Amino acid sequence: MFTATSLNERNDQVQRRFRLLFLVMTLLLVLPVLIILTLLVVRGAPAISLEFLLAYPKSGMTAGGIFPALLGTIFLVAMALLFSVPLGIAAAIYLSEYAPDNWLTRIINLAIINLAGVPSIVHALFGVGAFVIFFGFGTSILAASLTLAIMTLPVVIVATRESLQAVPQAFREACWALGATKWQTIRRIVLPNSISGILTGVILEVSRTAGETAPIMFTGAAFFLPFLPESVYDQTMALSLHLFVVATQVPDVPDHLPYGVALVLVGIVLIMNATSIGFRTYLRGKKKW
Amino acid sequence: MVDQLRSTPTGGPNAGPGKGAPLVLQIKDLGVRYGDKAALTGVSLDIRENEIFGIIGPANAGKTSFLRAVNRMDEFDSHMHVSGEVLYHGDNIRNWRNPYAIRRRIGVVFPLPVGLPLSVYENVAFAPRIRGVNTKKDLDIIVERCLRRAALWDEVKDRLETLGSLLSGGQQQRLTIARALSQEPTILMLDEFSIAVDPVTTMRIEAVLKELKHEMTIILVTNLVQQANRLADRTALFLNGRCHEIGDTQALFSGHVQHPETKDYIEGRFG
Repeated sequence: MFTATSLNERNDQVQRRFRLLFLVMTLLLVLPVLIILTLLVVRGAPAISLEFLLAYPKSGMTAGGIFPALLGTIFLVAMALLFSVPLGIAAAIYLSEYAPDNWLTRIINLAIINLAGVPSIVHALFGVGAFVIFFGFGTSILAASLTLAIMTLPVVIVATRESLQAVPQAFREACWALGATKWQTIRRIVLPNSISGILTGVILEVSRTAGETAPIMFTGAAFFLPFLPESVYDQTMALSLHLFVVATQVPDVPDHLPYGVALVLVGIVLIMNATSIGFRTYLRGKKKW
Repeated sequence: MVDQLRSTPTGGPNAGPGKGAPLVLQIKDLGVRYGDKAALTGVSLDIRENEIFGIIGPANAGKTSFLRAVNRMDEFDSHMHVSGEVLYHGDNIRNWRNPYAIRRRIGVVFPLPVGLPLSVYENVAFAPRIRGVNTKKDLDIIVERCLRRAALWDEVKDRLETLGSLLSGGQQQRLTIARALSQEPTILMLDEFSIAVDPVTTMRIEAVLKELKHEMTIILVTNLVQQANRLADRTALFLNGRCHEIGDTQALFSGHVQHPETKDYIEGRFG
């Protein structure tokens, strides 16, 4: 009664083959990541030192450190977040919790998804038109951050909305039935239970922003600056652009330099991702349902 | 406690307020539709003070829509449209400027117990807090009183700080009743509360309801015909979005019905 029939065996064989196929695909996916990371570490590690991180580029960027670019990237990302996070979270709360389900809301949602798919070079040109020229910020940290902010906004909105919608609708209805307003429900139940997802989404977004080159190239990032920016109306160097420059635009750069820059950039992204995962694990441990 | 209540001497187990009792709710030609789909049409009925009003009927009969309309929950669902009138002590609730006040007077318990992701204590203190009760002393009193009335206090008094969602299903359902009571409602509506609860807990909650009846009016939507028989003073059968028949529970269950379908439903021949 419990012996395997030929059909059982065939099903089993097929399922094993598919498992193998999926495993191979997964390994293929991991392989390039491993190769890139190994290459970066092997070739870039010799360049890394405290001095590399804290010194200015020297001798036409063929020697010295990356301090202004590192600082510039941190600055640009921080300012971009300052704009995009409050705006994005507020918009997501409106769309997820307040907006009626009608054609206007649907169009807005569609627009947001499409905005997330717009190539970064298009955002860059929009930034030039809007912030650099129209608002008259010039090529500056402000214009570059705003461009980055516009670019990250849709992803922040989508990530936030998804976290909000992961909170069971039954919680909301229970609160409403108790006479709570929508805002009381959001503040006391919905937000505390979705904040981990929101933060994770935001941090992952940051790491993407840190590596973007196109949106800042025309709006505020400089090829080379011998000094640090003094205000948001100044230009700044940035790691991503610096990498592009030392890798392709400057002659006679020693091999380890671009690898070092790339390693720092990837390192920043990895550290942020790790923070985000740590955050999520910590907050999920406190999750209450 | 169950036995005590069962042997209440005055005129049988379901002795409710008589015809002369004041009306708490007057429902006039109530209709509910979701988008184009009608869920409830032309329901008119009165609910008297301190009675348990049972609503029975098969799925999709409009029972839940009825409760949602009475509580003005349509404000949170843009697809839901309500027509007709609901008078609370003679006042049309549609005209109340403050829907939150309605929901305070009319509490709801949903079919599936929803422990809010808060501690047991905070679950019950939630509603008092949002209406401005903030001192620990007052909240303590409310929480204990509500948990006692929901027959849950003895089980949770030593773990008020555990999460409400970690309680068992039956305890959570009593927690939601305690939470609804924290508003001091004059009407308590229960929507198939026993759907996710074991029979023993169901009996405990039924005993609680019989006790609460002395302080408030209870509207009990139930999928268990016998539960209506056990608890309700009067019972309404909803069918296909209409109120098919209303009558004294005892009369209905002893066969005095106007429509043969009512008898069939009560006796389990359909639905």
